[in-house]
Formats: sequence, C-alpha cells, structure tokens
Amino acid sequence: MLTTGTISSLESSSRSLSGQYSTFDVAGFYFGIDVLQVQEVLRYQRMTPVPLAPAVIEGLINLRGQIVTAMDMRQRLGLPPRADGETAMNVVVRTEEGVVSLLVDEIGDVVEAESSSFERPPENLDPAIRNLVRGIHKLKDRLLLVLDTDQTLKLDTGNGQSLN
Amino acid sequence: MEDQEIVKEFLIESNDNLSRLEQEMVELERRPRDTELLASVFRTFHTIKGTCGFLGYGKLERVAHQAENVLSQLRSGSQTFTSGLASLVLEAVDVLRRHLRAIEAGGQEAAEDSADLCRRLEEASRGSACTLSEAASPAEVEASAQKVSGGVADSAIRVDVHLLDKLMNLVGELVLTRNQILQFSAQQEGAALSATSQRLNLITSELQEGVMKTRMQPIGVVWNKLPRLVRDVATACGKQIALELEGADTEMDKTIIEAIKDPLTHIVRNCGDHGIERTEVRLGRGKPAQGRISLRAFHEGGQVIIEIGDDGGGVDTEKVKAKAVLNGLIRPDQAERLGEREALNLLFLPGFSTAEKVTNVSGRGVGMDVVRTNIEKIGGTVDLSSRFGEGTTVKLKIPLTLAIIPGLVVTLGDCRGEAPNGKKGKGGQHFVIPQVSLVELVRLEGEAALRSIERIRNTAVYRLRGNLLPVVYLREVLGLEGLAVDSDTINIAVLQAEDRQFGLVVEGVKDTQEIVVKPLGKHLKGLNCYAGATIMGDGRVALILDVMGIAQKCGEVAGGHERTRVESDMRLENVADTKQTYLLFRAGPFERLAVPLSLVARLEEFPLSHVERAANHLVVQYRGQILPLVPLAQILEPGSADTAGSQDPVQAIVFSDGDRRIGLLVDQLLDIVDDAVSVRQVSGRKGLLGSAVIGKLVTDMLDLDAVICSASGVWNQEEAEVPEGATVMLAEGSTFSRGILRASLEMAGYRVVEASTAAEALTQLARVKVNVVVTALDLPGGGGYEFLEKMRKDPSLAGVPVLALAASAGDTSQRAAQPGAFQDYLIRGDRDAMLRSIHRLASVLNSQSAAPEPTVEKG
Repeated sequence: MLTTGTISSLESSSRSLSGQYSTFDVAGFYFGIDVLQVQEVLRYQRMTPVPLAPAVIEGLINLRGQIVTAMDMRQRLGLPPRADGETAMNVVVRTEEGVVSLLVDEIGDVVEAESSSFERPPENLDPAIRNLVRGIHKLKDRLLLVLDTDQTLKLDTGNGQSLN
Repeated sequence: MEDQEIVKEFLIESNDNLSRLEQEMVELERRPRDTELLASVFRTFHTIKGTCGFLGYGKLERVAHQAENVLSQLRSGSQTFTSGLASLVLEAVDVLRRHLRAIEAGGQEAAEDSADLCRRLEEASRGSACTLSEAASPAEVEASAQKVSGGVADSAIRVDVHLLDKLMNLVGELVLTRNQILQFSAQQEGAALSATSQRLNLITSELQEGVMKTRMQPIGVVWNKLPRLVRDVATACGKQIALELEGADTEMDKTIIEAIKDPLTHIVRNCGDHGIERTEVRLGRGKPAQGRISLRAFHEGGQVIIEIGDDGGGVDTEKVKAKAVLNGLIRPDQAERLGEREALNLLFLPGFSTAEKVTNVSGRGVGMDVVRTNIEKIGGTVDLSSRFGEGTTVKLKIPLTLAIIPGLVVTLGDCRGEAPNGKKGKGGQHFVIPQVSLVELVRLEGEAALRSIERIRNTAVYRLRGNLLPVVYLREVLGLEGLAVDSDTINIAVLQAEDRQFGLVVEGVKDTQEIVVKPLGKHLKGLNCYAGATIMGDGRVALILDVMGIAQKCGEVAGGHERTRVESDMRLENVADTKQTYLLFRAGPFERLAVPLSLVARLEEFPLSHVERAANHLVVQYRGQILPLVPLAQILEPGSADTAGSQDPVQAIVFSDGDRRIGLLVDQLLDIVDDAVSVRQVSGRKGLLGSAVIGKLVTDMLDLDAVICSASGVWNQEEAEVPEGATVMLAEGSTFSRGILRASLEMAGYRVVEASTAAEALTQLARVKVNVVVTALDLPGGGGYEFLEKMRKDPSLAGVPVLALAASAGDTSQRAAQPGAFQDYLIRGDRDAMLRSIHRLASVLNSQSAAPEPTVEKG
C-alpha cells in the first residue's frame, strides 16, 4: 500500500515537472494542479455542513446528483479564514478515492510550464505549506506552487493540521 | 406443482440449458477429445436431471438420467464419441424439449413415453451398438430445435445484474431530478409546465417501481433449499421434523435475498438441531412426536418480516448463562443479574453455542453472531424470543431494498429564513431519519413542553406513557452550538436502536420522503453518526442519520443506562465492578432510597382525584385494572405521616410480577444513577436491605421483596397456581440471602421452612415434611454436598429433590464432578429460575404422594 503510494506519487511528480496547470489563489499563494486531474471549476456552490467532521471539511455539495465532499484549502494550509462575504470557488479534482472539491479564493488561468523552471520547495517554506507542495515553478511574473493532491487529501498525515 | 414461479424459472433455465447443450454437442462432434466441453455437457444434463427430480417430473428425469449415463461413459473414457452417440443424445434433448413444452402448455409432461429412447440410451451406455430411431435424423433434430418458440422462454430474458444495478442508479438520479423539477414548477406559473412536470412525476414513479421490480425475487428462491436441509438435519439428529413454509412469494431485492441466504439457512439448521427435541423427549413432554419448523414471510410497513419458529424445547436461559460464564463471556455476578431477554441476547455473542456436543450440523460456536452481523449489515434486525419448553421464534426484519428508502426529514435551526450563503451555524439544516428506525413522533406544545423533559444529572428523560425514555438533543449529539429556536414546541423522534429506544429531540419535522441513499466520501466515513447522504427536492444535500451510531454516541453522552446494554457492558471487562442502574427517590423521612431500575416496571403520576379508596386501601384505576397504591414511608416506618399520598399528583413507582402490580407512593423521584454498589451496612429495619454509597451519598437500599411482602395484603393478587401445601426447606447460612429467598418463595405461594446450618436443617426435616429442599452449596456445618449425603442416608428423605444454590455460576462447574447429586443448580438471586424449578419438582411430587401437612416453621 505504502509502496504503491510512493511509486504513484513519484510518477506523478515526474509527470508534473512540465505541462499544463490549472491555477488558483489561496490567501495570496498561487497554486497549480495538473490540468488532467481537474474535472471542472465551479463558482460558489451551496454547501451542507457536516457536523462532527474534520474542520477542513467545509461540507457537501450537490454536483449534478453526485455528492461531493468540499475541503477548504485555507483550513488545510493552516491559513486564516476568508473574510465575511467572500465566497469560495470550487476546484473539483478527480482522485483515486473519488471526486473532491477544493475550496479556493480565486480561479486562475491554465498555464504551461517548462520542466526547466521547476525546483523543489525551499527548506525554509512554512511546513504546513511545504508538506502539500511538490515543488515550485518559477514563472516569469510569479511563483507557481504545485499542489500535491494526494497529500492534500490525506488527512491523517502531514502537517499537524487539527482534524477536529 | 403449486408453485408456478419455480416451474417458470425451471422452464426458462432448462430451455437455456438445452440450447447451450445443442451447441456444445455439435461442437463436441468436431472436437471429441475436448474433456472440458464434455464435462460441461455432462453437467448440464445433471442439472436438468436434478431439477426434474425435485419438481417431480419423472419422465424428464429418466431421459436425462440415461443421457447422463451415456455421457459419463464418454467422460470416463470407456467409450469413444461417435456421431451415432451424439445423435442419440440430441434425440434425448428433443424429447426433453417436448416435455418442457408440454409442461409449459398444460403443466404436465407430454404423454409420450420415451421408453424406447431410454432403452436405446441404456444400451448405448452399456456399449452396444447404438441404433437410431428413424424419427431422429440430425436434420430433423435441428428443425425441431428451431420450432421451439413462444411461451415463457421467449417472454423472459436473462439480464446481467450489473446492468440492473446501473439502471437502478440512473433511476435514483431521475427521482432526484424529478423532485427538483416538481419543486421548481410549484414556484412557477404556467399550466403547461405544471402538467408536464406532473406527467414526469407519474412516469418517474412508475419507472422506479418497474426497475425495482426487475430486481425483485420471491423469497421462495432461498426457501427451495430448506426442505432438503431440514430433512438432512432431521436424519442426522434422529428426529422427525415437518417444515411449513408460508409466504414464499414474498418478494425482495436480489441483493438482499443473497444476503439473507446464509443467515436463514443457519437459523433453520439451528432450529432443527438445537430447537426440536428428540422424539422420546417430545413424547415425554406431551408434544406430538413430529417437531415443526415454520417459516413465515410477509410485507409489513415497507419491510419484509421473516419469522422462523419451532415448537421445540425453547432456550434454557439458565443454561445459556452458565455456558456464557463457562466460556468466559460474562462473569458470574453479571450472569446473576441478567434478565430473560438479556440472557437470550447472549446467544448473539461471538463464540457461543448451547449445544452440549458439537455435531456436524451445528454447535461449533460460530453462528448467531454471524447471523446478526449479516442481517444488520443490510439494515435489518434480528429478534429472538423463546419460551422455555414451548419453542423459539427468530424474527428477521429486512428492508425491501437498499438503494431507495423512506425517511423522515427533520431540521435543526430555522429553515424558513434561509441564510443565503449557507454559512455554518446559520440557517437551518435538514437531516433524514430512516423510517425503519422511527417508532413514533412526539410533539409537545406550550408550557408543558418546557417541563416535560426532565433532567436527572446528565441524563435527560421523558415520560412516555409512564416509561422513562432517555432523550438526547440532536443539536448536542452533533456538537452544534446555539440553542433551539423559540422552543415552545418540542419534537421528539422516538427511535429504535437494537433493543433499546431513545428519543431524539429535533427542532422541526418536515415530511416523509423516498430518498436515494448515497455514500459519503472517504473523509467522512469515520463518522458513525451518518449512514450516508441524499439530495433533497431543492437540490440541497441532506445527511442521513445513522440511528445506531447516534445511540452509541449518546450512550457516551448520557451514560447509556438502558436495559439491554449487556453486550457493551460485558466488553468492559476491565471495570472492576459491573455497574447497575438505580432509581433514587425520597419517601417520607427517608431522604434517599434506591431500588434497581431493572425491577421497576413504570413510573407513574396520578392526579390525586383519581386515587380512590377501596376496602381501606388506596387504589387507582390503571390500564383496565385496579392498581393498589401503598405509601412506602408507612411500610418502612409504620405510623409516619403519609406525605406521599397527599401530594397532587401522586408519584408512584409501579412494580409488576406477572399479572400482579403494585404502586409504591413516594414523595419525589431524585435521580437515576449508574453505580457499582455493595451493601456496606446491613440494616435492621424491615424493608431495607441496608445502606450503601450511591452517587457519593449514603443511600438506603430498598428490600423490594420485603416491602411487597408486607404490603401483600394489598398486592393485586391473582391466585398463583401453586400445588397445595408445597413446602420448601431453605437451608442457607446468610440471613440476608435467606430473607430475600423466603420472601420470593412465600410470594409465589410456598410454605417455607428455614434452616441456617446443616444440622438445623436435618432436625427440621425430621419434624416437618417438605417437598423440596433448597440448600446453599456453602451451607454452614459441612457444606451443601455433605448435607446432601446425610440426607440421602435417611430413607424417609430419599425421594425429596434437592436443589443447590450456588453463589455464582462458576460453582456449578462442580456438577460434572458429582453427577446426579442435585436435581438442579440455581444461582443465588435468580428468583424466577428457582421458582420455576421448585414448581416443577413440587408438582411432580404432589402427584405421587398425598399433600403434606401444611406447616410453616421459622429458623
């Protein structure tokens, strides 16, 4: 189990050295996910909160009859919550364990990045963020953090984010 | 052939098989060495033969049997495949088809007698040169094969179950979309839209029903196997058993049928092996020699109920307890406290079997726990009831289908003024309670509502028709902040979880809906409060509550004090003393009295005006009977002021024993606590067992037996059927224990002779004629065994049965060491079992000898 997980993440990390990224903003950070993993991007959806669920789980949304768990990226990254009145956008990603929606602040463009611009995340990056990031693409105008979706969706490990 | 369904299935299957058979035979002619193909052909004939035999089609069976013989020769290699043989076999196929067609048309086999064909097949199988009948040239075989058309075989097709599953899912989606459209069109003007959506509504409902039906199978599919099973069990155990099946056409979802197949088989096997007694035993008990196992299936309230009953020996709860103690599943002190129902529940513990010996049929201790697990997995429940000596009934409640269930929509918070952004904590939220778990809804309004839920310590309770119903607030269970919106009304959903009921307070009740159950994502799987989620008519997601999960959770919250928490109780092996639940109350000068809650039948309030006086006693009309009321304080301390009886309303604790009831009037109910109690200081006062520390305060323990005994003048008595003059000798060292036993025995109508030592007992026995002796194993002056020996030396006491009274079930393990020493073993404190065995023995004695002198002696 562990072995296959490592292998698949190695594969996907080598895959994500270059290619197209679907990008979004979370509290000023500029993130990207391999575009092939993204099923769709949606505006704010009405959410049903799930009492007793881990804090990062914002609720459930109805995606055309399918019930999708929505995870708040600010919470997940240990960042302050959105101001009142600001609504989140949904980045719906397909994973091996089903479809999950990531709640982000703003949706960006799809950008293309060369493998030459890729670099491992710096050691001194906030561990809460570092643990969920595969690496960084140095784009012309800003830095693109490549999100490790496997790690992001794994709630029992990682950066000490409280689950309750 | 009463069962058309089975025949129809047989026809479809056989026609399919025959078509395949023809192909395979033709194939076989080309590749005669293909053993796999040959085996397949052989199997097909074998299957047809088996089914024909089962359904009683003798001609079909004969032909299939002969063809099978030929094939088996081929298979074993003692004959080689020739086209002559192939033709012969195909000819047999044709004959089979003709019969099948005749059955389909007229319900009977064709009139033709295939003796000729059988003979030729037989010859062929013996190796003689085969002769083809003229009627069966290969060309004609093909022609006749093509003629098979019309009828059942063509009106039915086989469909992959996965396709049906997919259809079911799609229909689920459609139902949701329909619900949304309906809601939308209700807000819009326009006749066209509303007419269309109405039509959509109807079609969707019909489609849903239709698709559900495609997955339905009659339960008879599973039952088919049972007659054989019962027959085998009966033969293996040397018993005579008749099987009765009722409602075999009751339909349920295929997946559920699959799931109940094994549990059902297991239960029936248990009935045959453990339940039904051997013929001699049955005759001895005055039952017909042939035992009866009956299965009944029927629809009730959206569920399928399956009852499996036998008229066997029933479950001996004493034996069950002793066995459970022996297997280390419970401790002896726990066993003593278990009631009848709880003892029956022991049967569902893993590793339990009451069969004295392991047979090849059952008794390996893997069983009822698996049954329960499997049934609960599909959302069903198992209930076992038994009457010792009369039989056992297992009742399964199974949902019809798993995908679409009826549910009650409830709300938390204000759902009318919806917060537009739906942020956490704002606006209302919908939840769904599966209808299966819902017992009833209680709505309380106005002033009364606020006071009706009483909090005793951490436990909220509501008096539901006199019973204390533990109550939890959904808001609290889910850890939500904030208070209920203007709570001038309280809605309690009374829910059933396993054997216990509890009330769930919700803030709004909407309506009942058919909901489509959707699983929750991986991140939420760990939350056992939810069984899944669904999409409501307005497109919002609502969580489906898992009643079992909530019950467990509120067990943590409220200290779970319901009656049948035996299992979890037992798993708490590390807790030094098992806790018991006590009802605390105040009566007159006694500030803090306690009685085990398990003994309490009900708590009642009566308006003072309803209390009447009859023959100088207080009574109240209660459930069509007259309930005597006894002011408790006056029994404990005669002459004290009756403060309890003059309150309005009066508070009564109702105790019942069989048909008899009595209400003790108390001043105030204080609390219900779980505590491990040992009586610390024995009380000299009549009616009190002693004092103990319960809930950190010194509390007087009520001696219920003594209290009821002294109130027995008013005990609502219906003459117990006691053999006249039955006298019981009670040899027991402990005054305390003797007192309790004496009271129970006397209440049951026996005369009691007491003795505190073996010597005293022997002296008493010389003076008084007794019918039964009950002796403690640890009787002072030599112990129970020595006492028994001495008794046995006296010829005049030879016929007197002696029962042993053990402190714990562990002591009874000595039984094996000294077989036959005592008539029966009883565990101290289990009054019912003791009364039963004394009763049994005494009546046997009485029928043999004249009634003894009625004498009561005190020790």
